[in-house]
Amino acid sequence: MGLKIHGHSHHGHHHHHHHHLVAVSLNEQQLGTKRKYRTYFPRTNQGKYLALWIITFGFAAIYVYRCIDEGHQERIEEGLVSMCDQRARMLQDQFSVSVNHVHALAVLVSTFYYYKNPSVIDQETFAEYTARTAFERPLLSGVAYAQRVMNSEREEFESQHGGTIRTMANKEPSPHRDEYAPVIFAQETVSYLNLLDMMSGEEDRENILRARSTGKAVLTSPFKLLGSHHLGVVLTIPVYKSKLPPNASVRDRIEATAGYLGGAFDVESLVENLLGQLAGNQEIVVKVYDVTNTSDPLIMYGRQTQDGDRSRTRVSKLDFGDPFRKHQMTCRYLHKAPISWTATTTASLGYVIVLLVGYMFYTGAIHIVQVEDDFDTMQQLKVRAEAADVAKSQFLATVSHEIRTPMNGILGMLALLLDTDLSSTQRDYAQTAQACGRALITLINEVLDRAKIEAGKLELEAVPFDLRSILDDVLSLFSEKSRNKGIELAVLVSDKVPQIVMGDPGRFRQVITNLVGNSVKFTEQGHIFVQVHLAEHSKAVLESKSDTCMNGRSDGQFKTLSGREAADDRNTWDKFKHLIADQEFPFTTSQNVTLMVSVEDTGIGIPLHAQELVFMPFMQADSSTSRHYGGTGIGLSISKCLVELMGGQINFISRPQIGSTFSFTCVLKRCEKNTITDPKRPNYDDLPTSFKGLKATVVDNKPVRAAVTRYHLKRLGVHVEVISNIGIAVSDSGGIPDSDSGSRPDMILVEKDVWLSNGNVLKSPKMILLATNITGMEFDKAKNAGFSDTLIMKPLRASMVAACLQQVLGTGKKVEQGKVMANGSVYLRGLLCGKKILVVDDNRVNRRVAAGALKKFGADVECADSGKSALDLLKLPHGFDACFMDIQMPEMDGFEATRRIRLMESQANDQQTNAGSMDGSTTKYHLPILAMTADVIHATFEECQKSGMDGYVSKPFQEENLYQAVAKFFESKPTTES
Amino acid sequence: MLGFGAVRLRTDMNRLLSLLFHQGVLDEQFLQLQHLQDQTSPNFVSDVVTIYFQESEKQLRNLRNLLLDREIWDYVKLGIHLNQLMGSSSSIGAKRMRNICAVFRAAVEQSNRPACIRALEVLEHEYCYLKNKLHELFQMEQQSVLGDAVRYPGVVHQL
Repeated sequence: MGLKIHGHSHHGHHHHHHHHLVAVSLNEQQLGTKRKYRTYFPRTNQGKYLALWIITFGFAAIYVYRCIDEGHQERIEEGLVSMCDQRARMLQDQFSVSVNHVHALAVLVSTFYYYKNPSVIDQETFAEYTARTAFERPLLSGVAYAQRVMNSEREEFESQHGGTIRTMANKEPSPHRDEYAPVIFAQETVSYLNLLDMMSGEEDRENILRARSTGKAVLTSPFKLLGSHHLGVVLTIPVYKSKLPPNASVRDRIEATAGYLGGAFDVESLVENLLGQLAGNQEIVVKVYDVTNTSDPLIMYGRQTQDGDRSRTRVSKLDFGDPFRKHQMTCRYLHKAPISWTATTTASLGYVIVLLVGYMFYTGAIHIVQVEDDFDTMQQLKVRAEAADVAKSQFLATVSHEIRTPMNGILGMLALLLDTDLSSTQRDYAQTAQACGRALITLINEVLDRAKIEAGKLELEAVPFDLRSILDDVLSLFSEKSRNKGIELAVLVSDKVPQIVMGDPGRFRQVITNLVGNSVKFTEQGHIFVQVHLAEHSKAVLESKSDTCMNGRSDGQFKTLSGREAADDRNTWDKFKHLIADQEFPFTTSQNVTLMVSVEDTGIGIPLHAQELVFMPFMQADSSTSRHYGGTGIGLSISKCLVELMGGQINFISRPQIGSTFSFTCVLKRCEKNTITDPKRPNYDDLPTSFKGLKATVVDNKPVRAAVTRYHLKRLGVHVEVISNIGIAVSDSGGIPDSDSGSRPDMILVEKDVWLSNGNVLKSPKMILLATNITGMEFDKAKNAGFSDTLIMKPLRASMVAACLQQVLGTGKKVEQGKVMANGSVYLRGLLCGKKILVVDDNRVNRRVAAGALKKFGADVECADSGKSALDLLKLPHGFDACFMDIQMPEMDGFEATRRIRLMESQANDQQTNAGSMDGSTTKYHLPILAMTADVIHATFEECQKSGMDGYVSKPFQEENLYQAVAKFFESKPTTES
Repeated sequence: MLGFGAVRLRTDMNRLLSLLFHQGVLDEQFLQLQHLQDQTSPNFVSDVVTIYFQESEKQLRNLRNLLLDREIWDYVKLGIHLNQLMGSSSSIGAKRMRNICAVFRAAVEQSNRPACIRALEVLEHEYCYLKNKLHELFQMEQQSVLGDAVRYPGVVHQL
């Protein structure tokens, strides 16, 4: 056994190699898929891109903020400007109004004081007048008139006015000066100025001098006013004694000066009042400066401490009518301008949105990358899983193959054991073991099949085959069992199904065998009925007749094959008779033929809860059933796969305790006539033709059963008439012996139950009894009635019926009773008989064994010990029908030899075509070459096909392998059953 | 007595075959071979086995020569001979021979000369054993055929 293990390790090595190949292909696939998506967005460093995005849009947001804020600031600025300008204008206007009035006063004084003589103005009048017109000068705290008095006139003046000229500073009598400007008229409010010398004050003096030289109203710089603590300016207007020409010189003006009208502007309260009248007073800080000396602006109004918002300042020019003095107004906002909410919100909201978008992209990218990575992983896993699946299938195939070898040993030993002298118990044990072993082998084969299907290695053939003979074969497989159980087993193929179709006969047979096998397994009584119809036809019939009777029941019996109820109501006689009727059915002329095959049984049915699982491998309806019958194995799942491969569907109707009907469709190709006439192709239906034109009467009260009998007889060319009563038959045949032979049947076939129930013992050599099973008593009775040789045991098959008819009618020779051989051997014998076969092998032993095996099946064998000698033998034309070629040969191996043979053949074929002999006799040379190989690995098989071989046989020869390989090429000559 | 002897002979033969199967010396292919023997080729099995012995002896001799030649390591030739031996062994169902050949071939592929020589020795030993057992079997068969022939001329018993 240790040696065996070594052998295994060698095998393992081989498989290892195989896996390497798979792995390499996987890697390539992975690379291929990885390269596909590498565009559109970064796969790494998304964080950095996100940061870049945030920073970029941060700047953008700031820019946007600035843009919006600028507009805002501008508006604020504009507001300031307009407010400031408005204030400045108003101040200026009011000021000039006051100045004008003072001007008017000046004119009044000059007019009524100087030009009138005597003067009509005195202090009283002046005070009265000014008091009453004070509303015209709201800005002036008061006005006064000071007269120009020269030093020479001082005394005269003092005496005239009854007082001394006093200085402004201390109100003392004025010291001696060149000239004086004592106040003579004063408004009541400033009456304290009376006789004060205006020229004694610095500002006033300057003002007076400037005023009389220019002849215009002049202003002082701001100073604290005398009567109050407010800042103010003094306005001085000169009054001239005479009218001056407009271009009078300064000297003339001084000469002409009579006095000075002055008034004090209380700027502070003035501006205060003014501003109080205006809106928005609280918002701004207003300051008024005297900027005559630009380097040192003097404040006229406004608290120095109150600064307001330094960032924004508006300066408005003020023109108070004195060209010498320059004034300006400065406005500031009291508070800092509020931040622009629009700008802030717009920018920040926009930024937030952009941030969110960025984050979305970021997470999106991450997600996509992750999904892609996952996808990658999944794909790898998928590839791995697929590889694992393939590996599993390969493993299954290998293991099954490995198991078969020891199993064959077990079976062989059991066969040997059964040959020895055994007690009945021992024999029983051994037989059970053998049966189990066979079951195991079948199972392993099925597993192998399924593994092949899963691995996608199963390819269907397309060869012409005869459907009917295949069905007959399947029936013969189960005839023994069905007879033992007493089940009626029958097949019927519609006339509309073509004789020869193209397809995979092996797989078709497998499906049917499986279905029928299951039916046989689960049926104890009743019938199993296999029907084949054209799918379109059966569909059409079912549709058109769907409204007729509900169930084919009549007088307690169902109109089915055995009279028992079947699961599928639709398959009753009422439908059935339309299906088998001879009416023309409009054929489609398409290349494909869709067949509807149904297998109906009256078995235990499938429990409702298990019906969904039927096509699962190793389904078992329930434990009790499987104890009784065993599960269905994986046959049904394989059948389903196969049917689907054949382009059809499988389904079933099942009713517990009543039965099941499995039906499947499959698409086969129509076979053209010329391919059948190909001489290399076998003639399929070789039923004897000697019965053509005969007439038969079938006596049967069950129409379905009669239809089956009729079908088989029809295949032999026999015309059939069905009657239900044996009396009629007798009267037809025996009653009027000399009636015209046209209506007289050549034979009468009677069903056993009809015959028994009738009790009419009728002796006629042309009577044939049909029976499913027969008891000893019945057999004796039949023998007495003369049926001994003319008993056909069901299931009916055309060839069997033919053999029986030959016996009855004496038309055929006695069938040679061959040795007892297994079914396959009979088949092989039929296939190989008379064929000339070349065996090429360098190994003498192998050669001898192969030759022996082939000879045993009736083949004519020649041997060649090398590829070269095989080539010599196969020089065209040669008489060989097939060639078995060893692969491993020194010098020229089997592949090479095959290639050369094919080359020779194709050359010859070309020559033939060129020669133009286009008559039907020319055939293409194609010698079937089968490889003989010790290891049946698929790779080897593929290489076989590549080099032009047609198939392979595993070495050492085994019957079933040989049969499978050979069956494709040779006609089957069914030998009559022993 | 003769009839009894024939039955005993057949039983013995079956026993021997079972033993050989049990030991793994033979496999089902040998049964197939026997199956092929019929009226038309009554000595098929012994013919094949005789050829097998002739061929195998030749191969074994060749193998031994190739292995003993210390200078040359002819991998290819060894392989060819081994394949031949393996093929013919599996054809007649000499399972153990085949398995040892497989081991031998592995040793050849690894260029392991000591392992090769060991394998050759095992192979030769196995070959002798197989030859003896098969001779024994054929002898019995011959006797049985002779016995059968005496009693039922013209009928060949099938195993």
